[in-house]
Amino acid sequence: MSAAHNTLAVEHLRVTFGKAPNAATAVDDVSFEIRQGEVFGLVGESGCGKSVTCRSLIQLFGGSRPSAMTGSISFEGRNLAALQPKDLVKVRGSEIAMIFQDPMTALNPTMKVGRQIEEGLRQHEKLSARQAREKAITLLKSVGVMAPERRLDSYPHAFSGGMRQRVLIAIALACRPKLLIADEPTTALDVTVQDQILKLILKLRAEIGMAVLLVTHDLGVVAQTCDRVAVMYAGRIVELATTEQLFAKPSHPYTRALLNALPAHGGRGGRLQPIGGSPPSLAAPPPGCRFHPRCSLAIPACELQQPPLAAIQEGHSAACIRIGEPA
Amino acid sequence: MNLLFFCISRLLQLVPVLLGITIVAFLLLRVMPGDPATLMLGSRGTPEDIAALTSQLGLDRPLWQQYLSFLGDIARGSFGRSIAYKAEIGPLLIARLWPTLALVGLSTVIAVLMTIPLAMYTAVRRNGAVDHAVKFFFVTAMAMPPFWLGVLLVLPLAIAVPIFPVSGYGQDWLDKLHHLALPAFIIALGTAALTIRSLRSSIIAVLGADYVDTARAKGLPERSVLRRHVFRNSLTSTISVLAVHTSWVIGGTVVIETVFGIPGLGSLLVASISARDYPMVQGLTVTFAVLVVVINLLADIAYSIVDPRVSLS
Repeated sequence: MSAAHNTLAVEHLRVTFGKAPNAATAVDDVSFEIRQGEVFGLVGESGCGKSVTCRSLIQLFGGSRPSAMTGSISFEGRNLAALQPKDLVKVRGSEIAMIFQDPMTALNPTMKVGRQIEEGLRQHEKLSARQAREKAITLLKSVGVMAPERRLDSYPHAFSGGMRQRVLIAIALACRPKLLIADEPTTALDVTVQDQILKLILKLRAEIGMAVLLVTHDLGVVAQTCDRVAVMYAGRIVELATTEQLFAKPSHPYTRALLNALPAHGGRGGRLQPIGGSPPSLAAPPPGCRFHPRCSLAIPACELQQPPLAAIQEGHSAACIRIGEPA
Repeated sequence: MNLLFFCISRLLQLVPVLLGITIVAFLLLRVMPGDPATLMLGSRGTPEDIAALTSQLGLDRPLWQQYLSFLGDIARGSFGRSIAYKAEIGPLLIARLWPTLALVGLSTVIAVLMTIPLAMYTAVRRNGAVDHAVKFFFVTAMAMPPFWLGVLLVLPLAIAVPIFPVSGYGQDWLDKLHHLALPAFIIALGTAALTIRSLRSSIIAVLGADYVDTARAKGLPERSVLRRHVFRNSLTSTISVLAVHTSWVIGGTVVIETVFGIPGLGSLLVASISARDYPMVQGLTVTFAVLVVVINLLADIAYSIVDPRVSLS
């Protein structure tokens, strides 16, 4: 693997919400990089810190701001974690764009769809009203919305879920960003529409040449779309690999457990194996390896220390002390 | 076009409401204990006087005939004849209507002008010093009875430093505005106390909405996010609060009208009730009810302007 140019490099990102003693570290010492033009998957159960990781990149926290955020986020030679709010605003939408989980609530219900697309263009590229409108028509066409000239003047309630996600993609890609953060973009859609939306994202990625950070809890989606994957558990990355490596040789017990819970990878009798228990509280994570209470391979040593991510082979690492032992 | 159609359909829906109002206003007088003619004449009325007045008022006719003639009076705009004023009620009502409308309208405008900036600021900087100060000030203002607030403000602003007139209604419209400013401000304090709280909490709710994240992710500066995406979407519940409160204010201007000597509907109502001027009370009841209906219609139109989904349902 050649040393491709990194679009984004996250190092030792740690994000904490709330004050001690109730402080919850939602993202704990997370490092990864995304190469130019690649689709990078971030996988894990609900509440494992995927969304917080994404939102931290452009510090888009909505109502709940973190009490502390450390680490560095280097993007195109700048450390986003250290940017002033007014400089960060210029990065959002123009260089890093984001789409969200639920297209039903992610569009402003009282603003015409066209205007919602034009807004970003007028903000970043200083287009005139007419230029922005023409560009919005082109964008709607490129995301597969029929009769875009007419649809520009509709309100979001006239669109179906899949169509709204297309509009949101058009909004996100209006300024041809270098990185698209897609936070579970297909979770709220039905299966056939999911597939269309994923294909659309991949097609536009190729056209624009952007990188995609795809958050999902669906390993099927990962297999279909991602170049490389990070598996997160309880705020930490437990395994980092190319998609082929992950599916060919899943190394962390959590990754294996996730794969065993998938229909296609189930046991010989076709029986799915659920993972017992539930993810730990981020305010009081278990000592040692955070997965050990649910791990079928846990030994007493697992409780003693947090295993670091250790390389297994080129481009593949996992955080488990039992890796390397004879299986 | 859509909006026009919406307004017309709402107006048509008002016809049965207005008919209902006239029925209630008409029956209220008839179901009240005691005979109107006896009550009007008091203890000095001889049976002959009472009988004469009863037939003069048409109270000896069947109810449906009385109601139809009442409707006829309304249709002609006369509302019948006042007993106390010995004149057609319609023109009297109109003359008293304008001061009340001006007072309520002006107070609503002042309340809205106070609400929008204060609610936005306190929602964005919630739990800050300004937030607490605004809450304290308006809760205090709301807790004080309007006549007391009136006196409190008249002393410094009309007597010590005569910026505003102490009472009266004025001649031309500028003079009237000058006379109405202080009483309208006092009413507006009570309105704003409610609407600031309502708008502040809906802005806080909308600030957490997904589409606000979308707007921020576009790279809009926070000011534009607030102005274009948050403000409009937080208006609906405050429009209801404002409509309900304004309807209430219309019936409740009597205290302020009395304190400031404004010849409005409220003071007319009090005078008519004490004078046992039943036809006048009946006309006033219909007028107040129509005003409340009109305010609700305005609120409905405001909804449909704010939220494009409303006019469809």
